[in-house]
Amino acid sequence: MHFIPNTRGAEREILDTIGVSGFNELIANIPEQFRKQCRIDLPEPLSEIEITKTVQALANQNSNADNKVSFLGGGSYDHFIPAAIDFLISRSEFYTAYTPYQPEVSQGTLQAIYEYQSQICHLMDMDVANASMYDGATALAEAAIMATNLTRRKKLLVSPLINPLTRAVMQTYLSARDLVLEDLPEKNGRTDFSNLSEQIDDQTAAILVQSPNFPGVIEDLNEVASVVHAKNALLVMSVDPISLALLKTPGELGADIAVAEGQPLGIHQSFGGPYLGIFTARRTFVRSLPGRIVGQTQDVDGKRGYVLVLQTREQHIRREKATSNICTNQGLMALAATIYLALMGKNGLRKTADLCLNNSHYLAQEIAGLPGYTLPFQGQPFFKEFVIKTPRPVREVISAAHATGFFAGIDLGKYRPEWQNYLLIAVTEKRSQQEMDDFVKFLTKF
Amino acid sequence: MNVPASLKYTKDHEWARIDGTEAVVGVTEYAQSQLGDVVYIELPKVGDVVGRGDVIGTIEAVKTVADMYSPLSGEIIDVNLALKDAAELVNKDPYGEGWIAKIKLTDPAESNTLLTPVEYQTLIG
Repeated sequence: MHFIPNTRGAEREILDTIGVSGFNELIANIPEQFRKQCRIDLPEPLSEIEITKTVQALANQNSNADNKVSFLGGGSYDHFIPAAIDFLISRSEFYTAYTPYQPEVSQGTLQAIYEYQSQICHLMDMDVANASMYDGATALAEAAIMATNLTRRKKLLVSPLINPLTRAVMQTYLSARDLVLEDLPEKNGRTDFSNLSEQIDDQTAAILVQSPNFPGVIEDLNEVASVVHAKNALLVMSVDPISLALLKTPGELGADIAVAEGQPLGIHQSFGGPYLGIFTARRTFVRSLPGRIVGQTQDVDGKRGYVLVLQTREQHIRREKATSNICTNQGLMALAATIYLALMGKNGLRKTADLCLNNSHYLAQEIAGLPGYTLPFQGQPFFKEFVIKTPRPVREVISAAHATGFFAGIDLGKYRPEWQNYLLIAVTEKRSQQEMDDFVKFLTKF
Repeated sequence: MNVPASLKYTKDHEWARIDGTEAVVGVTEYAQSQLGDVVYIELPKVGDVVGRGDVIGTIEAVKTVADMYSPLSGEIIDVNLALKDAAELVNKDPYGEGWIAKIKLTDPAESNTLLTPVEYQTLIG
């Protein structure tokens, strides 16, 4: 069936069927003055060879992590992606499937999600995971809503060092709800929890914190959960999944809800998406979880099978009282993360995390040794991302770096006036000693 | 359908057993038969102050979920914790072991506005 009449013949057939003599008769009831009279100025058609060349030339003007050495982070990272991931997720059984509305027919999709949930629970050290959310930012916003629903309280105490883009998404999500967001204090690039007990009142639903935080510093959360729980509030954590191979997990730190941006787990940066929202919680909160959850069961013959469970939380049943209005998940991206984790295994993930840690500390040390450069948060622990203060305006450094073949990092001055000339640098396992040394050499020019 | 004569009812299929200034509330035989197998009940909290018609809990069946509204105004002074592990009591014994909450009434006279067993019987047909 043709919906767009490309040929004169097809157009004639449609007009005849409708019973009008021509296109102008079809639109006769649209007043003349609302019709565009001039001819639309389009170029002449091109051959396929010509189009390919033109579009390729345009695409070649893009800078990306494949043709530059990238130190960009701030939520999206240039981690290594094994080729097997793209090959496997491109199988049409996975690639063309939409959210399973008749889920039990798609046993392969459900099994993949079940494996994903199991791996994520293991990685985060949490009891339950959902089938995933859109991205890390929406996951944190959903976590905030879930915490206020669980506690029936209206206030959220938020670390000011959460990624500002995540914060903006959260504010959008929460804007239509009668909720109060209050900032926790900070000190030297770290959230200051020293007065936490006094800051939590009987209306505080949860503490929201990201670790490592936006400027890359690992937050000290060792005592936070017990303080928060003593006040009957919840601890909501946002983490970097790769860092969990080395750092204390949300489970160990006593988090009630833990979320993450899953992009580092085998998902391309792709100009910002599609990404993966990892969402986990303690078992007692399972009925308040947003999104879909896959469970394992047995069929009448005793064979293993997979089903969607606890669907009464979802909007097709609970309507406006659903735990969330997201009734889909990032199936393909969750699959990519599942394959990534399976390929890397415990040791591979640990090696990746070790390399991130060692590379970033090597580079930070080298840059700190350059005249004019300082580390504003010197002495604070970090995992793969850190801040340097540049002797010249950051914009100049970024622009010269780009011309030389580097993505130097993120200009933090965009986010806070007191972060003027602060450059946020991320170093993944992909950066070689040579690349880092070349970058240090480049920085000496300023 | 069992509609005990000693109870008062609402059009939303809740019942109330009024005893002076207190009332035990639950859902009716008709309600549980419409819901099917009840698998989970979200109970109110002791100390919650509720108005008549406020949501005091949710009843989750296999394929559906329904809110439970308070038949009367007052303070929740007890909840049926047995339902946490045995939600099916609502199906088995809706007027007995399947009770949901006990309310200390703000205004006992409010119960005069509830449906009588005869009126409720007429409602469910």
